[in-house]
Parts: sequence; C-alpha cells; structure tokens
Amino acid sequence: MLLTSKKKINQAEEEMMNVPRGSWAEIWYELKRNRRAMFGLFFILFLTLTAIFADQIAPYGMREQNLSNALQFPNATHWLGTDDLGRDILSRMIYGTRVSLTVGVSAVAVSLITGGILGVVAGYYKGWIDTLIMRFCDILLSIPSILLAIAIVASLGSSLRNLIIAIGISNIPVFARIIRSGVISVKEQEFIEASQALGANDIRIIFKHILPNILSPIIVQSSMGIATAILSAVGLGFIGLGLEASIAEWGTMLNAGRGYIRTHYYLTLYPGLLIMLTVLSFNLLGDGLRDAIDPKMRER
Amino acid sequence: MSLLQVNNLHTYFDTRRGTVKAVNGVTFSLEEGKTLGIVGESGSGKSQTAMSILKLFQKNQRIAQGSIYFDGQEISSFSKKEMLNIRGNEISMIFQEPMTSLNPVFTVKYQLMEALQLHQKLDNKAALARTYELLEAVKIPNPKRVLKQYPHQLSGGMSQRVMIAMALDCNPKLLIADEPTTALDVIIQAEILKLMNELKEEFNTSILFITHDLGVISQMADDVIVMYGGKIVESAPIKDIFKNAQHPYTKRLMAAFLRTDIKQRATNETLDFYSSENEQFDFSNFRENADADPDWIQISDNHYVAATLKQQPVH
Repeated sequence: MLLTSKKKINQAEEEMMNVPRGSWAEIWYELKRNRRAMFGLFFILFLTLTAIFADQIAPYGMREQNLSNALQFPNATHWLGTDDLGRDILSRMIYGTRVSLTVGVSAVAVSLITGGILGVVAGYYKGWIDTLIMRFCDILLSIPSILLAIAIVASLGSSLRNLIIAIGISNIPVFARIIRSGVISVKEQEFIEASQALGANDIRIIFKHILPNILSPIIVQSSMGIATAILSAVGLGFIGLGLEASIAEWGTMLNAGRGYIRTHYYLTLYPGLLIMLTVLSFNLLGDGLRDAIDPKMRER
Repeated sequence: MSLLQVNNLHTYFDTRRGTVKAVNGVTFSLEEGKTLGIVGESGSGKSQTAMSILKLFQKNQRIAQGSIYFDGQEISSFSKKEMLNIRGNEISMIFQEPMTSLNPVFTVKYQLMEALQLHQKLDNKAALARTYELLEAVKIPNPKRVLKQYPHQLSGGMSQRVMIAMALDCNPKLLIADEPTTALDVIIQAEILKLMNELKEEFNTSILFITHDLGVISQMADDVIVMYGGKIVESAPIKDIFKNAQHPYTKRLMAAFLRTDIKQRATNETLDFYSSENEQFDFSNFRENADADPDWIQISDNHYVAATLKQQPVH
C-alpha cells in the first residue's frame, strides 16, 4: 500500500517536472496531426517499399515482351494493360519507381552537398568569395533548369549517373541561396559570439552551431526538391534524353504511349497519375514539415 | 604582476569612410581576485575594450597600438589558434542577452558540456558530473530537469545562470561580464549580482564588469574606470568615484543615475568640458584634441582624472 502510493507520488513528480519533449518529437507530433502531410509520407513510404521489393512485387519482368499480347486494355492478367511491345504496364511502373526515386534522392543529395558547401562558405566568410559564388549561382539560375539539364545530359551522354548530375547541378543555386541566407542570419546571433568566446573554431561553429539551426529550411527544401527532381527526370525521359528505352522509366513510358493516346489512353494515364501522385506527396510532405517545424505557421 | 594589464590599447575599425577609433588609448590593470568595473555610455568603447582582450573581432577591426598582458603572457600578439586556447579556458565571457546567447537547438546539458570537451578533454561521465556540479553552484533549482531543457524553456534569469555556469566550466582566471544584468528585471538582477560575488570568492576568479549602471557597479566593483569616447576619463576606487568624482562626465553620469538620497537632479545642460566651475583642472584638452593623451592628475591614492592643470592667473 505504502509502496504504491510512493510510486504514485514519484509519477506525479515526474509529470510535474514536465520532462521536455525533444524538438524532433515535437515536430513529429505536429506532423502527425497534419493529414495531408501524413498522406504524402505514407505514399512515399509505399513507393520506397515498392522500389526496394520491385522484383518480388512486379507480376512480370521489366523487359519481358510478348508481342502477341501487345496493346491490351487493362484486364485480369495485365491489370493496367500492355504497351505496343506487349510489356506489362503495371510491372514497368513498379520498376520505374526505382529510377525515379533514385534520381530524385540522389540529385537532391548532389545539389544539397554542393550547394550546401557553397552556401556555407559564401554566408560565413562573405567578402569576395561570397560575391563570386553568388554571381555563379545567378548565372546558373538565369538558365531554365530543364534547359540546363538537357544541355548537360546531351553533352555527357545519357546514363543514370549523368541524369543525376544534370538535375543535381541545375538545383545547386536553390540550395546555395537558402543555406547562405540561413547562415548569415544565424551567424549574427549572440550564441555564435558566445561560443566564439568559449574558444570554438570556425569548423565547430559552422557544423555544431550554425547548421543545426538551419536544418529546418534545408529539410523542407530537400523534400520539395525531390519532387522537382523527379519531375525533371520524367521530363528528360519524355523528350528522349532519359535512360535507354528498355529500362522502365515513367517519362519514357509517357513518351512511348504518346502515339497511342487517342486509342489506348491507359498507356499514358496510369504512369501520368503515378507521377502526379508522387510529386504531390513530396510537396504535401514538404508543406507539412514546414508547418510543423515553424511554430508560427501552425494552424491553431 | 597583475593578472591583466592593458597598456595604451587602441582598437580601430577600418570602414569605407575612414578609421573609427573605438578604443583610443586605454590603460588599466586588474589584480587577481578583484573586480574592475568599466562604466560609460553606449559607444564609449567599453565593450570593445573587452572584445579586444579576447580578440573577438569583426573583420575590419584590429588592435592598432598597445598591448595586453594576461597572466604574464602578451596575449595581444597571440595567433588565432593560440587565442582558441585562451577563450573559455583562461578567460571567459558572459553577455548581455542571456536569452539569445544560448543555442536554441541544443539542450542545456549539451551546451554546458561543450566547453569542457573543447578544453579539458573530459570523458562524458566526468563532464556530466562537472556540469551538474556547476548548475548547483549557480543555484539552479532542479538541475536534473534543467539539463534536459532547451533554452526557450528557461526564463531570463535561469538562462543567465546557465551562461554563468558555462563561463565557469573550465575555472577561468578572468571572467568578463558585458552588461550581464541589463536585460534582466531588478529582482533577478540583484540575485545574479549576488551570485556572481559569491562565485568570485568560490572560484577565485577576477571579474571585468562592464555596465552603464552605476548602481550595479557599486555592488560589484573594487575599482572603477569611467570611459568616454574611447578613452578613460577617470579611474578610482569604488568609494572615491561616488564621493569625490572629478571629471565633468563622471559627475553627469552620477547625476543621471537616479538616487533617492541625493537631491541633485539631472540637468538639461549639454556636457561642458570648458566649464569654469572647476578652478583647478582644465578638461577642454579632451575635446579639442581627441588623439592627444590626456595628462593624468592624481587626486588621491589610485584616483586619477584625465585633465590638465589650469594655469593659475599671475598676480
């Protein structure tokens, strides 16, 4: 009896102490309440699993052709129909997930790392190096990103790696600018001066004190950036600068179905829908993250 | 040998419109275990004097002349790398805005352990123990809970206590406090000042206390220097400055400081260095030639004022 009451008191004490939730837990809590963002998150998780287990899930192989079954409307054996070479649309869409997600994530990684380094150097050291980097970014920004990507793929040749590089490079200035402005605003705050007074060097200040403080715009921009990157990859695929035709890729599929759009709408409809949903999911998640991270944006 | 000796310090900012002489020939020394107060208005160069000691400089800022000796070493000639060992370890600093001086994304525990890991290479367990000890030393109730908290969950007074704990992390010989209580309300201010006085005894730390508040200085300092326009106008033991201020600027500063036991009121007159009130001293030198070193006239033991003796009329 006594023991239980003591336990209860301890519990109450702990509650009163109001042990603070970490900031990540706080963000997750806010994000969970946002239905649209959760839809986006679950769809992205679903896509990721699909990409990983494509070999197990897909009913037919990526290159499996059956010319006698060409251009079949959706039916029981081919749920989403077949294309002009008799390849299963559903299977190709499933395999296409791999390409799109790889390109999306890797391209953002390329632009995030390169743009991040440029932005941090520009924002932290200012002066001529800042001018140099930011004018370079302005030049990159003045060229339409899809045009830049086309130019890069056309000159490097089309492969998965070059696709990633092309899309990654065209998004560098976006990240460089966001990170630069974040670094500048955080750098002027007093806790940076305080940590200098504690004897922290530049590297430590940048990585331990500045970067964690601008993590939220970086996360949001990355999520949105993946959506744009996927769309760019699809666009490049559609104009024939993507991967070789036998590899299943959503943009290439759209292009292949283009000629049959009047008679066989499903060739473009399903890949198109999937592209739309994917991009939408990343954007919804990005929006939700921004709202969850920035308390001022939260709806009350 | 005093702990800190600043000799004829000149700190300049190079701007597009010429050189700004923020600190223009400042000389003072601070003995071990003592507290030296620097008072002056905004822009008088008191903060920049402190920044010069730690060499926490803007890009266009430099020590143009003079030297700073700390614990027998000439730290004004130290390289950037050598300074990293001094900062936070030998000399640490607390700032005006406690709420913004802590990094908002890390817990108190993380930030308190940073200085220890930077300078003392303690393992986690020892660092945590030391951190806990420090929080108790700065009289934070329920340190266990505060360790897990983020800066936005602390009040101003609590934040300043954490900042003080952080500054004391490595047992510094000198603590520079740059208006540590300005952002706090009076009651918290009194508590923090009391705490600093106690900690000074406990940790045997010298304090360089910068403020514009004479009330604060009277509770803290052993000696005071009054700065104006990048120069020292008067330097005296705490008692003398209140009882026997000589310089017109010091007098005005006193008058501006509201006290109920003094009938003197703040006047609207402009600060007059030429006033003939004082028959002995001439302060006009200060205004007319800002670069010239003023003469130091000794009023009493350790009490000096920047002035020249007036030519006595010949009878």
